[in-house]
Amino acid sequence: MQWDIVIGLEIHVQLATRTKIFSGSSTAYGAEPNTQANAVDLAMPGTLPVPNENAFRYAVMFGLAVNAEIGRRSMFERKNYFYPDLPKGYQTTQLEQPIVGPGYVDVDLANGETKRIRIHHAHLEEDAGKSLHEDYHGMSGIDLNRAGTPLIEVVTEPDMNSAEEAVAFARKLHSLVTSLGICDGDMSQGSMRFDVNISLKPKGSDQLGTRTETKNLNSFRFMEQAIAHEVERQMDILEDGGRIVQETRLYNGDRDESRSMRTKEEANDYRYFPCPDLLPVVIDDDFIEDARSHLPELPDALKARFKEQYGLNDYDAGLLSGDAKLAAFFEEAAEHGKDAKLAANWIQGEFSARLKAEDKSVAESPISGAQLGDLVVRIADNTVSSAGAKKVFEALWTGENDNVDAIIDAKGLKQVSDTGALEAMVDEVLAGMPDQVAQYQNEEDPKKRKKMLGGFMGPLMKASKGQGNPKLFNEILVKKLGG
Amino acid sequence: MHNKSVAELSRELESGKISSVELTHQFLDRLKQEDGKYNSFITITEEQALAEAKAADEMRAAGKATAWTGVPFAHKDIFCTNGVRTTCGSKMLENFVPPYDATVTGKFRQAGAVCLGKTNMDEFAMGSSNESSYFGAVTNPWGLASGQKRVPGGSSGGSAAAVAARLVPAATATDTGGSIRQPAALCGVTGLKPTYGRVSRYGMIAFASSLDQGGTMARTAEDNALMLNVMAGFDPKDSTSIDREVPDYTATLNEPLKGLRIGLPKEYFSDQLSPAMEEQVRNAVKEYEKLGATVKEVSLPNAKLAIAAYYVIAPAEASANLSRFDGVRYGYRCEDPKDLMDMYTRTRAEGFGAEVKRRILVGTYALSHGYYDAYYLKAQKVRRLIQQDFAKAFQDVDVLMSPTSPSPAFIQGEKTNDPVTMYLEDIFTIAINLAGLPAMSVPAGFVDGLPVGLQIIGNHFAEARLLNAAHQFQQVTDWHQREPQ
Repeated sequence: MQWDIVIGLEIHVQLATRTKIFSGSSTAYGAEPNTQANAVDLAMPGTLPVPNENAFRYAVMFGLAVNAEIGRRSMFERKNYFYPDLPKGYQTTQLEQPIVGPGYVDVDLANGETKRIRIHHAHLEEDAGKSLHEDYHGMSGIDLNRAGTPLIEVVTEPDMNSAEEAVAFARKLHSLVTSLGICDGDMSQGSMRFDVNISLKPKGSDQLGTRTETKNLNSFRFMEQAIAHEVERQMDILEDGGRIVQETRLYNGDRDESRSMRTKEEANDYRYFPCPDLLPVVIDDDFIEDARSHLPELPDALKARFKEQYGLNDYDAGLLSGDAKLAAFFEEAAEHGKDAKLAANWIQGEFSARLKAEDKSVAESPISGAQLGDLVVRIADNTVSSAGAKKVFEALWTGENDNVDAIIDAKGLKQVSDTGALEAMVDEVLAGMPDQVAQYQNEEDPKKRKKMLGGFMGPLMKASKGQGNPKLFNEILVKKLGG
Repeated sequence: MHNKSVAELSRELESGKISSVELTHQFLDRLKQEDGKYNSFITITEEQALAEAKAADEMRAAGKATAWTGVPFAHKDIFCTNGVRTTCGSKMLENFVPPYDATVTGKFRQAGAVCLGKTNMDEFAMGSSNESSYFGAVTNPWGLASGQKRVPGGSSGGSAAAVAARLVPAATATDTGGSIRQPAALCGVTGLKPTYGRVSRYGMIAFASSLDQGGTMARTAEDNALMLNVMAGFDPKDSTSIDREVPDYTATLNEPLKGLRIGLPKEYFSDQLSPAMEEQVRNAVKEYEKLGATVKEVSLPNAKLAIAAYYVIAPAEASANLSRFDGVRYGYRCEDPKDLMDMYTRTRAEGFGAEVKRRILVGTYALSHGYYDAYYLKAQKVRRLIQQDFAKAFQDVDVLMSPTSPSPAFIQGEKTNDPVTMYLEDIFTIAINLAGLPAMSVPAGFVDGLPVGLQIIGNHFAEARLLNAAHQFQQVTDWHQREPQ
């Protein structure tokens, strides 16, 4: 039987506000446990929440970026459940009147198509703390540094039909929130976490199947694996004539296994009700316009501009516009380097490979866009060969020297592009290799002739001490040897 | 000295006839000697009080004294006090020492007042008789001569009894459904519950957040005004506090009452009220007519729904507010929990008393899936109707007057096994909390030797007018000066 896969996502996005959503504690990651939790975060008796205006500004910016209606009157509810890392015994969240209403995001797929994924809503809420189950001799530790960190929970419509689409959407959302500067996007620190709702239905059916929710996926790779795993699990059950149980599942990425966390029957009754400690928040036109004025150029607009302004193809423009820092790096390199296409190739090639190899982000790159641009200038004007350019890149990266021209000089990487000098070298080398010249000239097959040309390059590079422009050597050779 | 008001003590200190340290010693001695009879204090902070008194004398010497500098008083044990245990009348917080001040306690500290300790209260402010306190019932100073121990009312019963017994001239209190006014009435003292949002709730341990309001208790209206001068005001730490100018509440105490329009809600003079009580209240209203006020009957048609709505909304909010008492971070934790669920269930079963558990259960039920619309939402609709009733009444009158409680102080144990009868103690006070209005209880006579309270209700932010009306009444009556024997 053929199946349609139906996927909806819930994404928790940690907002990059300096302080928490309802208290003045810092939200910085990585501090000693419980050093960033004040009386409010610890839910000490009598303490009260005070909303952080910046969290609202960021949420509104997000809403504008996903073409959504902004909730003009935003309410908070209490979601009641007991857990040791939930200090108040309830999470302050939004249910009836979220700050961001229906919107959408357009996602580019690998097949070149664009798919619109609808956003159901996005709401503001507070994060919980962390329970630490190791190293406490059978007990659990509680770290409340994260408790009260502002989140927006983005809820999509079930508009995705494959793991690929879901991941493409997730990446697009990541690109959006990091471009907006409202989230640091660091998935390894839990800055974005995904819950995936999956159901299967017979191909073409308009009746949705029973769904499961796989919670707390914190990388695109795990998300893709978890979807594949869950689709397969459901398919096996359905094809054996079984029924899917509506439940929440946990996926273990290291083992590619999942297990049931709780079924619908076991689900908590959260007893939501409006939080009496917080008044409804009214978002007026001025606030929205102010947020709008803080919006940077968003990935879609950036991509269009990169194609228009720098003549990049769709793929390159899409890739370079997807990450705000990478886009800024590219623009700096393109401006200094004049040749945008060559700058784009170097960023996607040598630069990206090096970042990946050293597990660095663009922000952590030891070289600047301007430096890469300077190098691109020297490649474009034939001052260095591409092999030489790699040596220059290496020297920039390791910090050996920060000036491109100084490195070229110091390492003697400057190419000889004086045609007269090069011609003289070619004449000398050819004179010393009569047999090969004859062989070449007797060969009919152009492919083989082209290959034989390479045999002259080695001696030529040697004769020029590695500084001859290979492209010019090639042209001169062809001319001298005839056809 | 113990019979003097805050205003009088302030003048004594100002004149230099007595120092705050001397005054504090006198009050502490009397407190330690007398409170065995009443159990009105949970904690006496002798050491801190003497230190504060010394600091107050220095403050005065430096020319920085306020009306409160050096004056002894007490806090209801619901207000967090930095470094002094704050129990909220519960075993759950028996050893809880907050590392912060409530905004209210901070303000009194700043004014240089001397806190003698923390007064007894119903556990988590849930009760109308002060019998639900983990630290024992409080005894009303009135009616002891008959050989029977009577309740002081609740939940601020400790504050009311302490003021009535002249252990302190004034004490802070809180009111969620009548918890200032009803004990003030039963103990023959003057109490004010301000408009919701007038006094910061930060550091005041929450019972029902949309109804809780800190307020004042003293023997005279003037002292209530002096207290409110310290307590009122916007607090950036409380999102529900209101940013509105605070007048000097003592400045308008002597305004004449000529032309004051008084409304008597007919629903508050029903058969719930004994003829003897009604007579006292009507006599008080007659005093106001003599002072130039006019009186008319008004109607609050939805008043009868107030108790039902309140006992959905207040427990619902309480059920969430009290979830934080889970044994994880502070407060009581059961011995040797075998797992997390065992820790939760035993901590809460052992740490909370019966009335608190009853309200958590009721509130949890009212918010449960499938019941929310029928209970919580319906109660919120009733709340709006009640608010509209008051808004309509205040189109024609300046203040409303009624009895504060349906009967005078009852004997301890009389109503403990019948929660619904106990809840009816607040039948005349609860609607005011639902509407967020300010109201006072003023001593207005006696029935069988027990004090009767007159409730004066004002429109939002009409505290100055209420205090003015109460003060003028106290210029022509002496009910508030009577001392229990």
